Amino acid sequence: MITLKNGLPGGVYPTYERGEKVALFIPCYIDQFFPQIAEATAGILKDLGIPIVFPEGQTCCGQPAFNSGYWDEAARVVRHFCDVFRPFPFIVCPSGSCTAMCRVFFEQVDPDDRIVSVGRRVFELSEFLVNILGITDLGARFPHKVTLHSGCHGRRELGILDQPIALLQNVKELVYCELPNIEECCGFGGTFSVKMPGTSIAMGETKAANVVRSGAEVVTSVDISCLMHVGGILKRNPQTRHIRAMHIAEVLVQR
Amino acid sequence: MTSQGLHLSGAPFLRQENKGLAEPHGSRALGESAERSSKHNRQVTLSVPYWEQWREEAHAVKRFAIHHLDQLLVEFERNAVGRGATVLWAKDAEEANRHVLDIVQKHQVKTVVKSKSMVTEEMELNHVLASVGVRALETDLGEYLVQLAGQRPVHIVTPALHLSAEDVGRLFAEKLNEPFTSEHEKLTDIARRHLREEYLRADMGISGVNFALADTGSICIIENEGNAGLSISAPPVHVAVMGMEKVIPSIRYLPLFLNLLARSGTGQKLTTYTHLVHGVTPGRHFYIIILDNGRSNVLRDPASRSSLFCIRCGACLNACPVYRRTGGWAYGWVYPGPIGAIITPHLVGMEDAGKLPFASSLCGACGEVCPVKIDIPHQLVHLRYRAVNSPSPVRSPLERLVWKAWSWAMASPLRYRLAMSVVRWGVRFAKYLPWHPAQLGAWTRGRELPEVPGYTFRSWWRHRGAELSREPATPGKKSNPVTQEVSA
Ligand code: SF4
Repeated sequence: MITLKNGLPGGVYPTYERGEKVALFIPCYIDQFFPQIAEATAGILKDLGIPIVFPEGQTCCGQPAFNSGYWDEAARVVRHFCDVFRPFPFIVCPSGSCTAMCRVFFEQVDPDDRIVSVGRRVFELSEFLVNILGITDLGARFPHKVTLHSGCHGRRELGILDQPIALLQNVKELVYCELPNIEECCGFGGTFSVKMPGTSIAMGETKAANVVRSGAEVVTSVDISCLMHVGGILKRNPQTRHIRAMHIAEVLVQR
Repeated sequence: MTSQGLHLSGAPFLRQENKGLAEPHGSRALGESAERSSKHNRQVTLSVPYWEQWREEAHAVKRFAIHHLDQLLVEFERNAVGRGATVLWAKDAEEANRHVLDIVQKHQVKTVVKSKSMVTEEMELNHVLASVGVRALETDLGEYLVQLAGQRPVHIVTPALHLSAEDVGRLFAEKLNEPFTSEHEKLTDIARRHLREEYLRADMGISGVNFALADTGSICIIENEGNAGLSISAPPVHVAVMGMEKVIPSIRYLPLFLNLLARSGTGQKLTTYTHLVHGVTPGRHFYIIILDNGRSNVLRDPASRSSLFCIRCGACLNACPVYRRTGGWAYGWVYPGPIGAIITPHLVGMEDAGKLPFASSLCGACGEVCPVKIDIPHQLVHLRYRAVNSPSPVRSPLERLVWKAWSWAMASPLRYRLAMSVVRWGVRFAKYLPWHPAQLGAWTRGRELPEVPGYTFRSWWRHRGAELSREPATPGKKSNPVTQEVSA
């Protein structure tokens, strides 16, 4: 097998000391359209006894502009992000894609160490739980068939794949259904989804068909942006409308 | 597009006047075959325990080669000439074509057999030869089919990937008057029968080069059908055309690259034939044309330089979900797929190919399979940055203004909240619109919009946050005063 890189210098996760505050970074679309995911994230951390803060100055990580080629415009947002989050040693974010932006791509926007070092302190929720806290069982119970969509950014830039699977497999009464062709892109790709909608939707339909083939009633992921796209396709079709798209944090708070 | 690009049998990504990318649908056969090859080849590569080390090593060798290109090419020339080859340099396609025409004239060439070479596609060589009355016949089966059909290759390794056996049977029936069949063996037989004659009749053979070895002055050509061997040895004149990035320092590294290329390209451990051409036998003629054609532009750009490491295995094409659905012609020039999207803008210019880097969901599948570890996904984003900042079809003052406004809004939490509430109302309201404009319409064409909740997380936090952020009762470390200040 290939070893997945995690975007950290030397590949080493830092050690979390009990009682250290953790800052929540809630990506803009989650804040505005999926607040329940952020609530679930906060809830999970709180139940683990971790003091959390939500710096209210936060806005966005700059990814949309960066991926569209507007690096100067992205830089302004990235600097704002870093100003807001600089005091925190641990920043947890319920999105693989936004975490990849912070950890891997901040450097290209602005190689200043004051920017890069903040970006490298951002961790996606499942990797924070598994790799940093060493926790895979959150005591959740969810009696459903669930499959996992693995977002490309999280997997290829940060090595996120085993962590969400481990978390799901420890959920009581949850039946984990493997997704055929799990490594394939769902076709969301940010602005790609509206710049090449035909290809994007065709890719999403393939993904939706694989979700159906997995036999799951729920498709989950560490990235709600992918799920907004795949879920949007599943909802379109009366035959697949019953399949729910849920962020992994929402699954992990079920009791 | 520059004169060399005019051939385009269709450049749908590029042709469109509007800003969006057109999305042609490649044939089903193409998508399925590409996916099948990708899976198979991936399995083969991952079964090699030291695959990752091989990739690292190849990357390092290529890196050295590209950084010492000036010295290695001269060394290669010296050694090749020492073995009796004639080495010609060409700045661009036009100069390379002129060299070929000079050779044609000198040896009074009437017919040419060609083995597969992408670089001669760059040169439009077949057209140039035809214009002086020389018939050039492609002998690689896939190239032969594509030529017979009057098309362009859709893939750099498997040019006729889009044709099913039935398509080929129909093509042979139509063009060669053969009875229709869709059996693979019979089809190969027909092609072989028609091609065999040609090798003996041809006055000149043209080939590409897979690797040029600086220390021995030899070239290496790999293939599976035997056609390249015949093309370069049967006729009395052999012309090998190579992009200048093909040189590697030493024959010692050849096994490494052969191992990587065969596995990544076709899932074989080694291709059926590996030809090493060391110079020339008496009475015969051997020319090597070394072509720049824009490669210096790549060399000049540190962020793109590693795209010159490419060994043209085609793995990134097969792995690419966009390529699988659009097919090769969509990319408009010789090199399709992810590698095409990162080198074409350099080779033909951003003015013409600036849209290509946007034809990707940035999923990264290409970078994962590339045997020489070219960081294709990151280069795509870098080229997007270059494209919107230089004269290109994607540079748009309006779009720039939109992103400027976006970045202004996102740099302050207050403006963020205001901007976002507009977006929320927009999405909420969209449900009641009979028709969706622009990007919104692009989304709802095949997808539902998300439901807009009645609250945001930050509003929720303002009511419940204090409770969550309270220090747990456990006696732990003192919390950081700075954090408290900020969270207040
Ligand atoms: S970029 Fe890499 S994967 Fe693509 S053709 Fe070149 S060597 Fe092969």
